[in-house]
Amino acid sequence: MKIFELTRARDNAQAVSAAATATTAQQGAEIRFVAGGTTLIDLMKLNVEMPKKLIDVNHLPLGKIESLPDGGLTIGAMVRNSDLAHHPIVRRDYTVLSEALLSGASVQLRNMATTGGNLLQRTRCIYFRDTAMPCNKRVPGSGCAAITGVNRTLAILGTSEHCIATNPSDMNVALAALEAVIHVTGTKGKHSVPISDFHLLPGETPHRETVLEPGDLITHVTLPPPAVGSRSLYLKLRDRASYEFALASAAVIVVVANGKLTRARIALGGVGTKPWRATEAERELTGQPPAQAVFQNAADAALRDAKPQSQNGFKVQLAKRCLVHALKLATQIA
Amino acid sequence: MSPEKESDETQETERRGEIGKSTRRTFLSRLAMAGLAASASPGGPALGESPVKEPLSTQSKDAVPVSLRVNGKKYDLRIDPRTTLLDCLREHLHLTGSKKGCDHGQCGACTVHVNGRRVNSCLCFAAMYQDDDITTIEGLGQPGNLHAMQAAFVSHDAYQCGYCTSGQIMSAVALLGEPCGPDDAEVKEFMSGNICRCGAYQNIVSAIQAVRQNAKTQKSP
Repeated sequence: MKIFELTRARDNAQAVSAAATATTAQQGAEIRFVAGGTTLIDLMKLNVEMPKKLIDVNHLPLGKIESLPDGGLTIGAMVRNSDLAHHPIVRRDYTVLSEALLSGASVQLRNMATTGGNLLQRTRCIYFRDTAMPCNKRVPGSGCAAITGVNRTLAILGTSEHCIATNPSDMNVALAALEAVIHVTGTKGKHSVPISDFHLLPGETPHRETVLEPGDLITHVTLPPPAVGSRSLYLKLRDRASYEFALASAAVIVVVANGKLTRARIALGGVGTKPWRATEAERELTGQPPAQAVFQNAADAALRDAKPQSQNGFKVQLAKRCLVHALKLATQIA
Repeated sequence: MSPEKESDETQETERRGEIGKSTRRTFLSRLAMAGLAASASPGGPALGESPVKEPLSTQSKDAVPVSLRVNGKKYDLRIDPRTTLLDCLREHLHLTGSKKGCDHGQCGACTVHVNGRRVNSCLCFAAMYQDDDITTIEGLGQPGNLHAMQAAFVSHDAYQCGYCTSGQIMSAVALLGEPCGPDDAEVKEFMSGNICRCGAYQNIVSAIQAVRQNAKTQKSP
């Protein structure tokens, strides 16, 4: 690990100004905020991340979960995954988020990991984590070893010829289905970004993963009020029953009224280069009765553009079955 | 086996430990000393050399002052900022109960409590935990005064090689205060961040369930 200078941020403004002098907020940033550290410190030990300055943001007043006047919820960036998952409002009104969080990592890691940090969780692609191998995400222009290598766990949606790395977060998948908004304080003041625009597709710049610029500090995440009569859940399929990343997962939020799906919000995990909102599937579902054939159509639509690699072709079918089963459970026809 | 018998055996194990004053660590260090005597090479450090030298991270030109509160005791140190809480506990404070397994937050052998919550100490920079109450396996209980969970691990044979055990116990004790359901399946899910290569899982679950059952019985009139 390379040496760094560790400082503690006194307030948001000081954190922003301390980080603003970095040349990038993306891969290779010389200045990093550190919160739970569960991704960053892991990657620093591998010399994948080599920040010269670490700004400890754990003591910033960003640790609250509060109801909003419109019936929504605001979640501070420093709220730990455990606290968010077990919060009574989250459990009751945003079940999909609670379930997604509890399906990820271990209790120890969830006690450390934060909401802001999890939005920035890095891929588990083995070539990204191995500095002896080429990786366009880690070293732009060096090539992608995964496309011709071990790619069983990697993405089939949103890939490019430069990168097929999966976004590993479960929380992000739930937040995508919930249409969360990310609130950021930066050098130009405050702004907010819908989660669908927050993460970037790899394209030709896989080292750029989010819209964040130097100095940008995620302060909180807001959720819209839960849709009346909605049911939501998160279904995760993986190689082990616990403590494993998704091969495929589905976050579904549905409202059924008078025998028809009046509303559907769908996102997929484990298959996309970013948390994958499946709007095509939502269109297939809306106005239809909850039935196997309808769900299958939706799953086919969600995976229509899938581009499997040499070892992960199984994910197309797995993701479809995952979504169909999640929809059956959510609409209680299973 | 009757509970009385188990309890007798536990006490017997502890007594033996007390009398012999021999632990795995003292045994290994004696072994190393014996090895040294047998193949003594003049000059230069040798493997297993004693006494313990100052850790490298204290000698670092980048060392910073750090105060930690561990098991109720305050420590003022100078350490390299790269020092993880795990390395700090083991190398600086000589609290070697917390173990280094994977060093990447994947195995749970390094589990300690920070303000009563369990964390992977290998993924913490020690300098970031200066305002916190840290508890390690040493602070949980000692021979002769074991925490109920430590005693349950002994009586249920919840380990083989023992390397993951302190992490398992730290997780198990934290679990008692977490929203974990009553079934074995729930316990397994809550304990999935602690890997045991020997595969003592079933007995680990039994030990935890026994402590939970006991606590429940004591609570109810």
